[in-house]
Order: sequence, then C-alpha cells, then structure tokens
Amino acid sequence: MKVFILGCGRMGAQLAKNLDSKGHSVTVLDTANESFARLGPRFNGRTVHGDGLETDVLEEAGVGGSDVFIACTSGDNRNLTASQYARELFGVPRVISRVSDPLRGEIYAEMGLQTISPTVLGSQLIYDTLLGRVPTVDCD
Amino acid sequence: MYVVVIGGGKVGYYLAKALLEERHEVLLVERDFKRAKRIAEDFGQGVVLRGDGAETATLERAGVGRADVVCAVTGEDEDNLIVSQVAKRHFNVTRTIARINNPKNEEIFIRLGIDVTVSATQFIISLIEQEIPTTPFVNLLTLRSIGMEIVDLYMSDDCPWVGKRIGDLPLPPDTVLSLHIRDGVRTFPTNDTQLLRGDRLIGLTSLDSEAALHQMLQPV
Repeated sequence: MKVFILGCGRMGAQLAKNLDSKGHSVTVLDTANESFARLGPRFNGRTVHGDGLETDVLEEAGVGGSDVFIACTSGDNRNLTASQYARELFGVPRVISRVSDPLRGEIYAEMGLQTISPTVLGSQLIYDTLLGRVPTVDCD
Repeated sequence: MYVVVIGGGKVGYYLAKALLEERHEVLLVERDFKRAKRIAEDFGQGVVLRGDGAETATLERAGVGRADVVCAVTGEDEDNLIVSQVAKRHFNVTRTIARINNPKNEEIFIRLGIDVTVSATQFIISLIEQEIPTTPFVNLLTLRSIGMEIVDLYMSDDCPWVGKRIGDLPLPPDTVLSLHIRDGVRTFPTNDTQLLRGDRLIGLTSLDSEAALHQMLQPV
C-alpha cells in the first residue's frame, strides 16, 4: 500500500515506522527537518520537508498517487484542511484524519472523512486499564 | 444583522468596530485572554466571547445558528476554513466569509463550500500591478457569484493588438471591452477604435475566458 503521512510528531513517526516495517511504501511530510529523527535508522520510507497545506508541496511530494492519506499533525484544523485537499484536489481514495476534538471529528465524519480522536481512544483505554480490562498495551 | 466575527486580531478588531458603528449586532470570538479583555474594554462585555472559534461548543455559545453572516478572519487559513465549514454544515449559516493569506487557497476554499474569500495578499498584489503602468493584464475585481471579472489591459510595445481595430480582435467568449484610455482621456470604444501603443482598455471577461484573453496579449 502507498501511504502518505502528514506530520512526523510522535504519533506520525510511530505509525510511519510501523507501516514501513510491515513492507508498505511510506512517505512522511513535515515542516521541521529535525522531526524525521524520530523515524530512527531503520526507516526505509521517504521523507519530504515542507508545508502540508501548500498544494504545490503536496503535489511534488506525490500525494496524488497515494492509496491512503493520513493527517497526523497536532493541529485539528490543519489535519482536516489537508485531508480535504488530499481527497478533493488529489483524489486520494482513502483519507484518515487525527482530530482531537471529538465534536469536530463527528461533524467531519458526517461529511465523509474518516476521523480518529486520540482523546476519546486514549481516555477509554485509560479507563479500561483502570478497571483491569486491558493488561498491557503493545507499542511496537 | 447579526454578525459573528472569529478572530480578534487587527482585521477582526476593526471589522467589529466598523460593523458596530453601522449599528449591527456583533459578537467577536477571540481565543487569547488578554486580547479578549482588551476588546471587552473597548467595545463592552457583550461584544466579545473568549473561546476557540473552531470548537463547536464555542460557536454554540456564540449563537452562530441565528447569525446572518460568520466572518472567519484569524491569521491562519486552515482555521478560517474549518470555522466556516462548521458554521455552514453544522449550524446552517447561510453566508460565510473566510480571510485567506495564501492566494492559492482562494479557489480551493470556494470549492470546499465557503461563500466568499477575502485575500489581502491578492488585493495588494493587484494594487501593485495597477501601479506598474506596463503590466499587460491586471485583474481589478472578481465578481465570483456571476463568474466574471473586471480587467485592465495595457498595450505594451510588443502587444499583438497594437495597430488593430477593436472589431477585428478575436476576443474569447463572454468578453467585452468597455472603456478605452489614451493619454488619460477615456472614451467608450467602438469596433472602429484603433489601438495604439500605451493605450489601456477596461473590460469584462468570464473566469473561463481569463486565461485565453491573457494569452492573446502576449507577444507572438
């Protein structure tokens, strides 16, 4: 699968490493070059330095040919905007957005974007752990 | 009219001020505590709401549902897009206006459902172009709702139109040349008006024909 990940923070990098190790073709875009260090020495994917809200940056980085676009920055509005660019301008068939604000996530889910709220998932996981339902979480 | 303004920076502040002077009902939403406090001191408590305009709960508290217009004028294009979309899709606001900084976003935002975009960058660029007398093609104003624009055309030394009659020009569809200016004197051109170097024409053209018209003025 050709996966395009916007944002190489902790979450984006973790996801990129994971997909890369499973043999997927991964491209990661971030505004800060130093953030690519999070990918570690074994990462075989492609890194692109640039602003994910600039359409020519997205075009040059090859968003158009991706099977999946994942917007994973810490900014909800950045993620939702970039995801709509990927879908509407570049015709990426599958788009997933990280949206911390659950309400905003719901609104865009109604508009057809797939949204994931780390806030909802994280709090649920902590709650379940507290009640002893989840013994350990595997991060690799 | 009830106008909700998102973003209390310079643009939002003076926009709210102007609207209040025209006796509209205005609510300015500002995220920053200090700035919100200052606005409240200047315009009164009832005019400002401290909160993140991209949060649905904030828009709810702002009573966006009964707003006639929502203007998203923060410094970030993506915030303005999302606020406008949420206002439109979730609260059924009929008219949304988004400020944009990157001129390339103009077309994209319209495509994503925003009614009107305002680009200071684009506006300043066209003002500068107007001040340079030899720019061959300047977009003076876009009339987005009817898909037309008003353009200013300059006959440069190597413009292929120089020496031709207006009636003989192969104009693209939906294009009218309305005003002819030579040495500061304006006339309404006819088919017989012959173009000379240094002449200007003010015309109307459709957004679809813009590129073709621009191309015709290029030296061959």
